Formats: sequence, structure tokens, C-alpha cells
Amino acid sequence: MKLDQICFRTSHLEQSWTLDAYRQVGGYQVLENLLKNKMRPEEILEQVKNSALRGRGGAGFPTGLKWSFMPRRMPGEKYIVCNSDEGEPGTCKDRDILRYNPHQLIEGMIIAGYTIGAGTGYNYIRGEFYEPIERFEAALKEAREAGLLGKNILGSDFHFELHTHIGAGAYICGEETALLESLEGKKGQPRYKPPFPAGYGLYGRPTTINNTETLASIPVILQYGGDWFHEIGTQNNGGSKIFCMTGHVNKPGNYEVPLGTPFSELLELAGGVRDGNSLKAVIPGGTSTPVVPGDKMLQLDMSYDGIGKGGSMLGAGSVIIMDEKTCMVKALKRIAYFYYEESCGQCTPCREGTGWLYRVIKRIEEGQGKQEDLDRLVNVAENINGNTICALGDAAAAPVMSFIKHFRDEFQYHIDHGHCMEHTG
Amino acid sequence: MTEMLLTGPKEGLFTETLREQMDTWIAKYPAGQAQSAVIPCLHILQAANEGWLTTAIMDALASYLSIPAISVYEVATFYTMFELSPVGKHKISVCTNISCMLCGSEKVMQHIEQKLNIKPGQTTEDGLFTLKEVECLGACVGAPMMLVDKQYHEFLTEDKIDDILDRLNS
Repeated sequence: MKLDQICFRTSHLEQSWTLDAYRQVGGYQVLENLLKNKMRPEEILEQVKNSALRGRGGAGFPTGLKWSFMPRRMPGEKYIVCNSDEGEPGTCKDRDILRYNPHQLIEGMIIAGYTIGAGTGYNYIRGEFYEPIERFEAALKEAREAGLLGKNILGSDFHFELHTHIGAGAYICGEETALLESLEGKKGQPRYKPPFPAGYGLYGRPTTINNTETLASIPVILQYGGDWFHEIGTQNNGGSKIFCMTGHVNKPGNYEVPLGTPFSELLELAGGVRDGNSLKAVIPGGTSTPVVPGDKMLQLDMSYDGIGKGGSMLGAGSVIIMDEKTCMVKALKRIAYFYYEESCGQCTPCREGTGWLYRVIKRIEEGQGKQEDLDRLVNVAENINGNTICALGDAAAAPVMSFIKHFRDEFQYHIDHGHCMEHTG
Repeated sequence: MTEMLLTGPKEGLFTETLREQMDTWIAKYPAGQAQSAVIPCLHILQAANEGWLTTAIMDALASYLSIPAISVYEVATFYTMFELSPVGKHKISVCTNISCMLCGSEKVMQHIEQKLNIKPGQTTEDGLFTLKEVECLGACVGAPMMLVDKQYHEFLTEDKIDDILDRLNS
């Protein structure tokens, strides 16, 4: 095993998704040992906290801290829910974990259940992921037959059930409380917080929701220790992270590298910018994170804190590369349309504001822009930002504010000339 | 098309096979939480009804799950994978979101539009294909991509698209 391959640690094996392959890298040994030795949940929690593992779905919240909010001794059912509703534009890592290493996610979810006192888990997978759903279901079957799920797991007194749940096409369901609503069979409209899911979650019971990559990291953390994991990355940014390198790169792909890796090295791994072009801009963590100009990006490290220093966010590690020929107005138009399409409609600033943003950017792109449009866009974005129940509103505002901040001249050019700057578009 | 029974006592609704499939899902959720199965059940029923949902099917599902009909309508209208009017035999969903756009999804869409002589949202006259423009499908490293029925197709080129569609056409 390469030391920095955490979630892809079976990738060198034939049929890496099978129980046999997973056992070859030491799979399920952590679970066996902790059940045999009746390891105290507090000890596991300590390791997870030491690992400095932060939520891989986008928010980067410390996983150990999130788990510690669960009232594990409270009687009655509690839940662990995995968020495999991968839909942030530019993100496609969970799909590959589900396809190529589903057992590691299953082991991670069982261990999570043991630690937080949950007897049931659900893995919410987006409905379009037919192949990943099939792989995950097949892995569940293997795990059940091997006595790794169900009652009295491996002869212990620990019971844990794990099920697949499927979505049906709604980006908003990646928001954790919308996901819970959807899992209850409703429209995916986010809930007010508080109460947080650890107090009032699925069916009103204490619930923890973690991303696929987060949960799949758990078995490896416990196999080699929290400190080991932490040291792979940087201070407070433990472990490796999968980066989805997409857009104008020569070798697009999912690259799992230590947090703190310089962006320039990651870009090199992905074969550099296409056709030898120069780097214009990068969206480092999926479309919900602010765009960063290329020259600035080349000085940043790929960690939560490193990208934070550049005025953006690591998000889900969805790195969208744009070369010199990209028209930033057109790119923003497409992103704005996405949030307009996916707003759930619950909060007025988001429901109405995302439509405004899209229509104004569209008219600028089509050569019908007015001088006051730039300030109007910023004004609308500011009025959405922070004024909605969930983060989709902020996510719609961030690209608009950052694109105009860094590439205002291009927007101005469109307004003045009615078309793209030379060499773009 | 499977002949479904859409009225009468819930024990006899749909078909035995469909009830079995839906019951497998319902069993995953706690007692009294059958509503959780509404999305998986709608997928099953849509697939059994040539790819779309009728009001009668939704009403029958509401009876089957013992929930109000409005709860089923709300879900069926909220999620984009559910179709409320007839669709072609094959559904083509082309992603045009940012990573795919940067890799040429506009050309992909144009090529399919010309080849099938339809626009997104339309179905070919022979009822074989429905074309849709969709948001990110989570396969961005394989951009440009599309989903045809249950299959992802990545790194699309015009030749590749021709191959895929011609195979379905023959």
C-alpha cells in the first residue's frame, strides 16, 4: 500500500471492489479487533480526533468533534447516515469509492455506528449512480453473508444494520438536513438548524451524517493510528484527500494525495494545462467555492487552511481548471444557471435571487448588458448571502462575487463591446 | 408494458412482482416509516410503465404506502429523474455543467440535436429517444459525458456518440 492512498488503497488489485480484495489490504481487521477487545468508543473517538480528519463533503468540519455531539448513551434508535449524493459540479470521487472500494465505506460505517451508538445506517446514493449502487449493494450482500452486518456481528453483542437508499435527482439533497427529509420520503427542503441532527435527525432521532470519503477514511485511521493519519497531511488538516482534476487539464482524473500538497504538483500530476496553454483560473473546491486567479493558485497548498489563505475553500476537492481561452462570463453564466435550477424554492432570497443572477449574467454574455448590471449582480449576491436556511444561497453568491472581483475587466468588456474578449469564448 | 392494477385493496395493487420489489425497500425502514420508500418505489413503478408516471400510479402508490396522495405528488414533481409525461424508449441525459462545458459539451449536445432532429426536452417522432439537458452527474473526470438509460458514457466524441445511438437504433 502506498502510504498516501487511503480511500483508493485497493486500487492496485484486480476486482478491487470485492471482499477478497479488501481483505488483502487488511480490510475488516480493525472491526474484528475492536469487537474482540471490546474497545471503548471513547478510545476510537480519541483516535479520530487525533487524526484531524475533516469532513470531505465540502464543509471541512472536524469529524471527531461531530461524532462527539452524539448522545451515545441515550436509549432508543440512533442513526449513521452516509452522504453519497455527490452532485457538486466538478466532484466525482465518491462515485469511485463506491465503485472500486465499497467495503471500506461499509467498515467505516459499522465502526461509526459502534462509536456513536447507532444501530442502523443508511447510505444515501444519488439515483443516477446505477453502477455504484449495484457495487455497493453487492458489497453489502457479501458483508452480510460474512457476518459483518446484522445481529451479533462476528459473535459480539453488537448489532448493526446497513441499507442503501436512493435519490432521484436533486442537488439540494446533498445538504444534510435536506438529505434527511429526502430519506423520510419528502421533498428535499433543508431544515432550520438548530436543532442539529445529533439531537433531532432522521425520524427525529439522534443522527450523524458524514460524507462517503470521510467514512471510508475511518478504517485506515484506526488501523495505523490517528497521529499517523494526521502526519500525512498538515497541522489540523489530517490525511490524504481525493482531488478531482477536471476541465482544461491533459490528464483529468481523481488523484489522492496528502493534504498540503502544492497545487502546482497536483496540476503536474494531472498532466498540466491542456495544449500547453497558460492557467487562467481555478475553482478549487467545486462551483460553490470562490474562483482563484491562476497565478495566485500556483502559490497555494491543497489543504483546508492553505486554500483558505487564497480567499477560497477546499470544498470537496473538486478542482476545476480553466485555461487562458476560457470566457469567464460564459463560465459564470453556466454556474449561475445551476443554482437557479437547483434552488429548492423554500427561501425567497435564493429562489428569486438565483433567477436574477442568471438572467443578468445571461444578458451580459449575450451582449445586452447595461453598465449598472455589475453592481446589481454584486448587490443581489450580497442579499442572498447569509439570508437563507441552508448554504445553497451562499454557494450561489460566492461564484458571482469572486468572478466579478477577479475578472471584472472581462465583464466590463462584454458590456462595452457586446462580445467576448479576444482569444476567449 | 406490465399490466398494473391501480385500484382496489392495497394487497392486490400493481403486480405481485412489483409489490415484492417495493416491499424489499419498505422493509429497510422502521415500522410506520413506509413513506421513506416513496422514491425507490417511484423508480420501480416508472421503470415498469415505459419510463413515466401517471396520476393513477401515484395515487395507487399513496394507497399502498398508506400516505396522502399529495405526499407522492410532491416527491414526483420535486426530483428531476421522475417523468410526468410520456418519454422515448431511451432517455439521453447530457451534462452541460461547468466541467463538461469546458470539455465541449455544447458540441455534444449540438451533435445529438442534429442527429436526432430534436431539442432538449423533446422526443423523436418514432418514440425511440428523449433528449434532456441535465446538471452535474458526478463523472466530471470523464467529461464530456452523458447518461443513456442506466449507462454512463464518458470522454464523448462525435464518433462515440454515433456508435452508442446507432446501436440503440438497430
